[in-house]
Amino acid sequence: MTPTYQIVPLADQGVLIDCGETIDIEINRWIDAAARAVRVAGIDGITGIVPTYRSLAIEYDSVMVTQRELISRLGQLVGALRVSHRRCRRWRIPVTYGGEFGIDFDDFARRHGLDREALIALHTAPDYRIFMIGFMPGFAYLGGLNARLHTPRRDSPRTQTPAGSVSVGGQQTAVSSVEAPSGWHLLGRTPVRTFAPERQTPVLMEAGDSIRFEPIDSERFTALRNDRDWLPEWEWIDDGRPSP
Amino acid sequence: MSDDRDNTDVAFRVASPGMMTTLQDGGRHGQGHLGVPPSGALDTMSLGLANALVGNVSEDALQAFGALEITLMGPRLRLVGGDCVVAITGDAEITVNDRPVETFRALALREGDELQIHRVLSGARAYLAVGGGFAATPFLGSVSTLARAGVGGFDGRALRAGDRLPLRNAARGQECAGRVGEPHLPQREKRPIRVGLGPQSDFFSRAKIARFFSAEWTISTLADRMGYRLTGPVLASARGHNIVSDALMTGSVQIPGDGQPIIAMNDRGTTGGYPKIATVIRADMARLGQMKPGDRLRFEAIDPAHAEHLWRGRQEAFRAYLARLAI
Repeated sequence: MTPTYQIVPLADQGVLIDCGETIDIEINRWIDAAARAVRVAGIDGITGIVPTYRSLAIEYDSVMVTQRELISRLGQLVGALRVSHRRCRRWRIPVTYGGEFGIDFDDFARRHGLDREALIALHTAPDYRIFMIGFMPGFAYLGGLNARLHTPRRDSPRTQTPAGSVSVGGQQTAVSSVEAPSGWHLLGRTPVRTFAPERQTPVLMEAGDSIRFEPIDSERFTALRNDRDWLPEWEWIDDGRPSP
Repeated sequence: MSDDRDNTDVAFRVASPGMMTTLQDGGRHGQGHLGVPPSGALDTMSLGLANALVGNVSEDALQAFGALEITLMGPRLRLVGGDCVVAITGDAEITVNDRPVETFRALALREGDELQIHRVLSGARAYLAVGGGFAATPFLGSVSTLARAGVGGFDGRALRAGDRLPLRNAARGQECAGRVGEPHLPQREKRPIRVGLGPQSDFFSRAKIARFFSAEWTISTLADRMGYRLTGPVLASARGHNIVSDALMTGSVQIPGDGQPIIAMNDRGTTGGYPKIATVIRADMARLGQMKPGDRLRFEAIDPAHAEHLWRGRQEAFRAYLARLAI
């Protein structure tokens, strides 16, 4: 599927391949494929490639390539793009829900008329797709949240939330990576260090990967958190779909 | 911070840290897909010039060597373990052992000397480079400090009193002592900040866009390396102030719900959820980086080809100047 897109200038800082205002898995797959195609093409002067939910931003330096040339080359590349399924990772991300780990959990459950087990069951059921890594290093925005859990953001954002927070904002859920301000509802925390600067791969997961959450108790959380070398398990899957 | 086991090596000891002093280089580019912003000096030409004055030359003068980026009030540093050569660019009042010395000049320092950058006079930032560079471990190819993620620079944060800043190769740059550069002060250029419209300028009526360009904006006290908030007329969007998260550039001008613009700076998020009315051109980012709370600005629209022409011209002239300086 080729979505409707426009290629627009961002002054002389970049160009944006913009697919508009829709959160859609097929559009996100196309953007992921376009980002890979641009990376492989290795066009001189490109200084950054940033895929998001609904767009692909290309940063460039006009000392090396003009915007006119760049837009023309990008137009050819993405015009001819075919989205094939690709192998990506499905991560098993343990989460401790509620209590000090998710200070909004009880209010959130009450708001939706759910008991603890029902809320955890609804939140851990889907395979979530990472639609985007953005905002902060390693912050993963996930698509696939059950519509029963869609919840407007808090009226007033918190100025600081812990690294590893698993939260819900609007129709999205997310795994945070560093301490950050947030207006989302904090349901739990994972001991996974999704961003670890000293690690060979500082950012663990990438856009296009999938996540499955698994509830763990606080003792398990502490044990995993204290093991600096521990990494979550993952398996290869075909672009968010189970392997045949 | 490093301990004193190797205190025979040359280092600066931080007596007082200044308001916000961080190690920055030309930036950590190409990591936006990981959510990692570019960081780097807000005034890259002042960074490049400071390094050129002390002989820190590399293929890309703007990239390879870090320098201390000093914000408004500078640090007091004591040189320990040996001698070195430093240069400070920017409009700043500086002393060595409490005697005034010049900016835009390579200064030979002796062990025990106390260097102080008292305050930045015009503009917001000054840069301190040292011959041979600072010894800091790069993260994803850059030593630039990103305090929000605790990476780069010295311990991933701004300087604190008592810190020890090891120098990589302080013997280098001695031959540059006395070298003088032409003052480079982008803050002296008094003209509107030039932008390209979009990518979400269609969220705003023609009247609001006209207001964006006719208004005089003031940089608020909420202005840091992540972004500058401006105050002025309220720019309400016809289509709300939330979009599906989209990429940010350095220079993206976002309009959040209160209708007051935020210009994304080098430590910005890589993505954001507010509509963007415009993007500041590359050639005007250093000048913006030298602005501070209370400063006023206007915006002017130019087309991307014109912006590219300005940037290329500026880069070519600057590189040619640095090449002459090195002879």
